[in-house]
Amino acid sequence: MKMPDENKLAKRKKWNQSIAFWIFRLLSYFIVAILFSILSFIIYKGVGVINWNFITQMPEEGMTKGGIFPAIIGTLCLVAGSMIFAFPIGVLAAIYMNEYVKDGIIKKSIKQMTNNLAGIPSIVFGLFGMSLFVNKLGFGDSILAGSLTLGLLALPVVIRTTEEALKAVDDTFRHASLGLGASKWQTTRNVVLPIAFPNIITGLILSIGRVSGETAPILFTVAAYFLPKLPTSIFDQAMALPYHLYVLSTSGTNIEASRPVAYGTALVLIIIVLIANLLANGLRKYFGKKVKMN
Amino acid sequence: MKTFYKKFSEKFIEGLLLLSSTITTLTVLLIVVFLFKEGLGVFNQKPVEEGFVIALNKQNPVNKLSSAQLKNIFDQNITNWIEVGGKKDSIILFRMEDITNYYSEEQIGEQYENLPQCISKVVDSLPNIIAFFSTKYLDKNFQGKQLDIDKISFKEFFSGKEWFPTAQPSAQLGVLPLILGTLWVSLGAILLALPLGLAAAIYMSEIANENVRKIMKPLIELLAGIPSVVYGFFGLVIIVPLIQKTFDLPVGETGLAGSIVLGIMALPTIITISEDAMRNTPRAMKEASLALGASKWQTIYKVVVPYSISGITAGAILGIGRAIGETMAVLMVTGNAAVIPHTILEPVRTIPATIAAELGEASNGGLHYKALFALGCILFIITLIINLTVEYISNRKKYNNR
Repeated sequence: MKMPDENKLAKRKKWNQSIAFWIFRLLSYFIVAILFSILSFIIYKGVGVINWNFITQMPEEGMTKGGIFPAIIGTLCLVAGSMIFAFPIGVLAAIYMNEYVKDGIIKKSIKQMTNNLAGIPSIVFGLFGMSLFVNKLGFGDSILAGSLTLGLLALPVVIRTTEEALKAVDDTFRHASLGLGASKWQTTRNVVLPIAFPNIITGLILSIGRVSGETAPILFTVAAYFLPKLPTSIFDQAMALPYHLYVLSTSGTNIEASRPVAYGTALVLIIIVLIANLLANGLRKYFGKKVKMN
Repeated sequence: MKTFYKKFSEKFIEGLLLLSSTITTLTVLLIVVFLFKEGLGVFNQKPVEEGFVIALNKQNPVNKLSSAQLKNIFDQNITNWIEVGGKKDSIILFRMEDITNYYSEEQIGEQYENLPQCISKVVDSLPNIIAFFSTKYLDKNFQGKQLDIDKISFKEFFSGKEWFPTAQPSAQLGVLPLILGTLWVSLGAILLALPLGLAAAIYMSEIANENVRKIMKPLIELLAGIPSVVYGFFGLVIIVPLIQKTFDLPVGETGLAGSIVLGIMALPTIITISEDAMRNTPRAMKEASLALGASKWQTIYKVVVPYSISGITAGAILGIGRAIGETMAVLMVTGNAAVIPHTILEPVRTIPATIAAELGEASNGGLHYKALFALGCILFIITLIINLTVEYISNRKKYNNR
């Protein structure tokens, strides 16, 4: 009498499990499908627009024709500027956090503040950048103001990735170096940093990907709707890819006619992000193997 | 000497490192100072633009009007003085351009040199008048009385239902529709994203084999890496027309469009954090459950999910945080109407979108500018609360495990 019941129960258990698993599997595939539909839509619409002229020419006829060269240059300037500021400071801060300071109130509070900074919405960075760099310090709408604002935004990302890279370095390396009489800084510079270097660079690449797509912080600190010439100094305004896409798709003079350029701009942005992600993953994989082999 | 030099440079470098690590703290403090200095300035200002006067006839018993009353008077929703505590007489509106109804152009003069006297006389002659004009034309011997206008109050700011920062004569700074709009859109986003994200997290950490996981993980990272303006663009050209067609609406830019786009954007946060939490479930716990005859699915919902519930909560809260602070995508797809939403198929306007859309037009240091900074303060406080909550939840988890 007991046997069939148990069989039934086991069967139902199995049934439930396979239904649940299939639901989870389908939902997961659905998310991947969303990603691919976004990517393929923009690639499909944008790939016909992109050619050499599109990348190297100035916009023409109210931005309905011509290229996006000044926006690309502007974004490059902003990325370079923000990284010059954020990368060294971020790496040094991470070294201090991971190699120098002991567990305690200082470490905890610095960590908390870094987390808080990471959680602040990008538009608030824009407000802050506008009131401090543009107005108070008098930089005006400029590449300098925009770069500093973006740099502050990227700082927590750089700190976090660098910290993870440093944590991944085995303690035996440090002990060996210190045991040989090297100082703390010598150990950090000659032993820890070289080993962690690939992962630190991975973090740098990821933050470049992030910074190049940010729009809200540059709205009021640097971005220009249209400039007929390229920026010549760090106190000039500049166009930028994400802002260009925003303007083209919402407030351009002729939205329908500028759609192809918008698709092209979106594709260029996607390509930058894709390259950054692929590069970061490739580096991670390549150096991950190498370290293990040692 | 050499050891001294070495010691010195060690100390110097340590100082440099310490300095670098204080930059984040410094930035947060500076953000607080700048944001709140400008933002709190709102409560020290009158809603009427500087350089303008509102004047009444001397005999009018009314001495004070709130900004909402002013707006209703000039919109002719209030037409009688009795409604604002005066005598029972209908209100006569007077704006600067109305002067031509009372005096000819010659009387006013070519250079408007007689305008101040004319305004003064008009205000003096009509007991039920309310006049709004520039201080430039305020006569030295003005015969009316200037109205005392309340400063913008905390209560008015947070419970006001109208956001017209550039309205004349009196700016309407009620943030309630913006706060509700933000919460509305974010709530919708999390309702869409949480089930999806949780399913994906469970699938990746418990069901899928290592190879599938290795493919999915970078894809989720990629989803997180796509710039928000691209999401907004995608929403604008695909999701917005789709909603318009499906629900047969006049415009497709609605709260629902915002929720869908934000939901997609919140997915990576939810998935990554909950997956991490689930993978941290001790193996012994899972194996104990399996050894007792539970199926893998029973183990997941009876052991893994309860164990990692604080991580899942943290992921969900951070997802909400990301949705609340998101600017560009929302700005592009929600239609930006500053009214309190009643259904998800209406245009709504969020706090970040308002800042992004209006700061460019607000004059530096003016009332509108300060009001937008006050919005920034609200946003900052919301995200700070979210961060501290997450911190608290993950800390509590650690203590429980000991």
